[in-house]
Amino acid sequence: MLMPRLIPVLLLMNGQLVRSETFTTHQIIGDPLHEVARFNEWKVDELIYLDISRTAGLAQGRRDSGNRAYADAMEVLEAVASHCFMPLTWGGHVTSLDQVRDIFKRGADKVAINTAAFETPELITQVSKRFGAQAMVVSIDVRQTEDGYEVMTRGGREPTGRDPVSWAKEAEDRGAGEILLQSLNRDGRGTGYDVALIEQVSQAVTIPVIACSGVGVYEHYAKGLKAGADAVAAANIWHFKELADRGGKRALQRAGFDVRM
Amino acid sequence: MTIAIIDYGMGNLTSVRNAFAHLGADVVVSHDPGVLRAAKGVVLPGVGAFGEGMAHLQELGLAQLLKDEIAGQHRPLLGICLGMQLLLDDSAEHGQHQGLGIIPGKVRRLAPPPNDPPYRVPHVGWNHVEASKTEGLFKGLPENEAFYFVHSFVCQPERPDDAAGWSEHGERFVCALEHGSVWAAQFHPEKSHKAGLALLTNWLEFVASC
Repeated sequence: MLMPRLIPVLLLMNGQLVRSETFTTHQIIGDPLHEVARFNEWKVDELIYLDISRTAGLAQGRRDSGNRAYADAMEVLEAVASHCFMPLTWGGHVTSLDQVRDIFKRGADKVAINTAAFETPELITQVSKRFGAQAMVVSIDVRQTEDGYEVMTRGGREPTGRDPVSWAKEAEDRGAGEILLQSLNRDGRGTGYDVALIEQVSQAVTIPVIACSGVGVYEHYAKGLKAGADAVAAANIWHFKELADRGGKRALQRAGFDVRM
Repeated sequence: MTIAIIDYGMGNLTSVRNAFAHLGADVVVSHDPGVLRAAKGVVLPGVGAFGEGMAHLQELGLAQLLKDEIAGQHRPLLGICLGMQLLLDDSAEHGQHQGLGIIPGKVRRLAPPPNDPPYRVPHVGWNHVEASKTEGLFKGLPENEAFYFVHSFVCQPERPDDAAGWSEHGERFVCALEHGSVWAAQFHPEKSHKAGLALLTNWLEFVASC
């Protein structure tokens, strides 16, 4: 039996690892490789690394002493991949097939595309045909308003007027292999997943859905799986807790899921 | 002892190279027939469509070389994922395509029963593997170890004896092969942490013993 996956999401901003809240506040954690080494040691199921930099170049602020300086995000990817004996998804600022080729060449296994997938959906098909559907993760950021759910692009800043269910279906039809589903409202809040959103999207597609945004305690993971997600992801909880993998997996076991320990 | 990873334009070879480098192997990534002939062991990795993979191997003049000079002369060859499927006679992925014909059998789409529970294809994630041969790839590994899978098609070898490992996703399927000096895994050992590295170490030891 396939085991549900528990996935840490790392956020890179101008060369440094950050934590995020509602896609607007970002707090620097530090070295982009440090956490990867811990995750390897813990044998985590998989890793998603997203470059959410909004400007080019590297941070001018705090630099942990002794950290290696990277010229750009692609150098970080290369360093991460050479230490990463688990599946690695890389995303952020991906707009072309050439870039995707470069990302795989540097050692990623899957690419997550958000804005460019929405604005030029042919890219989904191109990546899927060239590298296989399993390598094409469509990342969908969703905002909840009084009127319902809406897909947002450009790091959560651009409203699209599109319903996430119809967009997820289209992404699947165009060749996506997985959906990474994030909620702007839940991001960094620790109040739990948006269960209704996960239910709607999981029921609409046959490809795996990775639930993300909102995990504050380990018990939240099981709710994402029960809502229909195939994998559950989180970002912040992995930074501030020791043995976050064990803790999360034990909570899933207690909820009756067979996970990889 | 040089290990050659075949670069035929199908998917991510960097992770395979990184894993072998981590294990201390002297590894080259190449599609040069001379380099492949000189290597002690050859790895055929690959992710993507069967037809395209086979076309690339033929264009590079490697299909015959793998069959006659590597497998045919009982030299170690390791297929991973698409590289495993290409070892068989033919595949039904996007039409009918001929494979390398090194191991008798065919490749077909995973066919889990519909609806109950919803088995999604592609089969993506960590799944248990039951070793039916325990002296090769799975030597010394715990029973029912988990490995990372990403695929929609599966190998169906003609001879049950060629199967080395089984997994289940709505149906039981062969996920590892051992056919003389030709071994293969449907899952990704290079992405399966310590269990995967242990399996690659077993293969390296086999290569050293050849």
